Amino acid sequence: MKRQQIERWSPLLLLLAIVVVWEVICSGFGVSEFIFPSPSRIWAQTLEHSGTIAGHAWRTFWVTMVGFGIAIVVGVLLGFLIGSSRLAYAAVYPLMTAFNALPKAAFVPILVVWFGIGIGPAILTAFLISFFPIMVNIATGLATLEPELEDVLRVLGAKRWDVLIKVGLPRSLPYFYGSLKVAITLAFVGTTVSEMTAANEGIGYLLISAGSSMQMGLAFSGLLVVGAMAMAMYELFSFVEKHTTAWAHRGSQNA
Amino acid sequence: MSTDSQAPFVHFDDVWLAYNDELLAKNVFAVENINLKVQQGEFIAIVGPSGCGKSTFMKLTTGLKKPSMGRIHVDGQPVTGPLKISGMAFQAPSLLPWRTTLDNVLLPLEIVEPYRQQFKDRRKEFEDRAKKLLTTVGLGGMENKFPWELSGGMQQRASICRALIHEPKMLLLDEPFGALDAFTREELWCTLRDLWQEQRFNVILVTHDLRESVFLADTVYVMSKSPGRFVVRREIDLPRPRDLETTYTPEFTNIVHELRGHIGAMRKSGAVINQ
Repeated sequence: MKRQQIERWSPLLLLLAIVVVWEVICSGFGVSEFIFPSPSRIWAQTLEHSGTIAGHAWRTFWVTMVGFGIAIVVGVLLGFLIGSSRLAYAAVYPLMTAFNALPKAAFVPILVVWFGIGIGPAILTAFLISFFPIMVNIATGLATLEPELEDVLRVLGAKRWDVLIKVGLPRSLPYFYGSLKVAITLAFVGTTVSEMTAANEGIGYLLISAGSSMQMGLAFSGLLVVGAMAMAMYELFSFVEKHTTAWAHRGSQNA
Repeated sequence: MSTDSQAPFVHFDDVWLAYNDELLAKNVFAVENINLKVQQGEFIAIVGPSGCGKSTFMKLTTGLKKPSMGRIHVDGQPVTGPLKISGMAFQAPSLLPWRTTLDNVLLPLEIVEPYRQQFKDRRKEFEDRAKKLLTTVGLGGMENKFPWELSGGMQQRASICRALIHEPKMLLLDEPFGALDAFTREELWCTLRDLWQEQRFNVILVTHDLRESVFLADTVYVMSKSPGRFVVRREIDLPRPRDLETTYTPEFTNIVHELRGHIGAMRKSGAVINQ
């Protein structure tokens, strides 16, 4: 196999190796299924409960997407604001940093009081946890404009708005797509965490109920499904990024 | 041109600039006592050590900065804000990587009036104009390449085209060839010379390459560092058109040597002050 091919398949090969080692350890040492189920056992449970899992997974998926959608809108708007105005940057950024340091799981009880058990807290947790990277990246893209380029345009009579639209926004697109990849995985974390305490549906709920009834295989299936969904969305945004902002990734194309 | 030919195109009348009020109160000026008269179509070069305020001078000329004291007139009008009749190019080509070379060159037309309003309707015509300009600087056929597919010299050519596409009356160049190798630099000297000879816009070239300034300019100003002021004005009376052979003649070398002497003397006295 060529080097390039190996590189391409390396994630799958590594996954395969982990599964094999895991299986060997579990069956070799006779580890109890209630402590640490083997991959084959997890797979069997996944198939057995596939209908239930699919239902919960779909719920988690669309709830995450709604929260993520709100995060994109709010993140882009806030990022645009603080990236284009020094005053807004000075005012908003420290508060935002403090806010980002708070564990978002801690918001769930408050959100439950406001919105009750169900989709409300899950959507909002997904949103709260994922808008920050989007905002920061848009703001960075706008704030790091080359001063020479700005002079070239300002001499022509360009208004701030022209500079933002013609240069700032296109320039921050690669940052934006980069942040989407990070944010989508965070959004899944937010939804799952929220569902664990504040929902009767979704993968988070499934994890808790499987754990409390000692169905360890099912609990692991839940984890597997969240991981798979997050990875699929990550790859999707990665694909979009490569095909819309190729100019920012020319280094990797030559490699 | 309605202005009579004797009136200077660029006129600096005892211009001083401090970067902010605090520095102004302390009497610390980035440039001071600048007096300058540039005729219509004149090519001037400003040379001096790094950090002597050459770029500040450029910003004053284009109206990006306002003087703390003194008056600046360009084309008979007092300079009060960004001057749309000028085009700028810098040491870094700063082309936009998501636009093709052609679209990069067209960028000023999307911004500056009156082209801005007409841009959609006259796009074809503008594109032809940009292509023609690119061909004159030797970039014919490169229109659809992205900047990162071009060499450093080609990028700088495109950058100069961008500065000229809206047919400015004044071209401001801030060390435009500083990052290029010696051969490419000399090629671009000739490109700029030909463009200027053909269109006769005003050029203000900031550089620290003395040969470059003597080869291209009608008048060379030597600027001193802190305080940033003009200390020498030297008219270059070498016959035009000049070609690269000129740079090997004794007359040329003598002028370069003379200018070098001024800068050397400045550096020495500067060193004494710093001790």
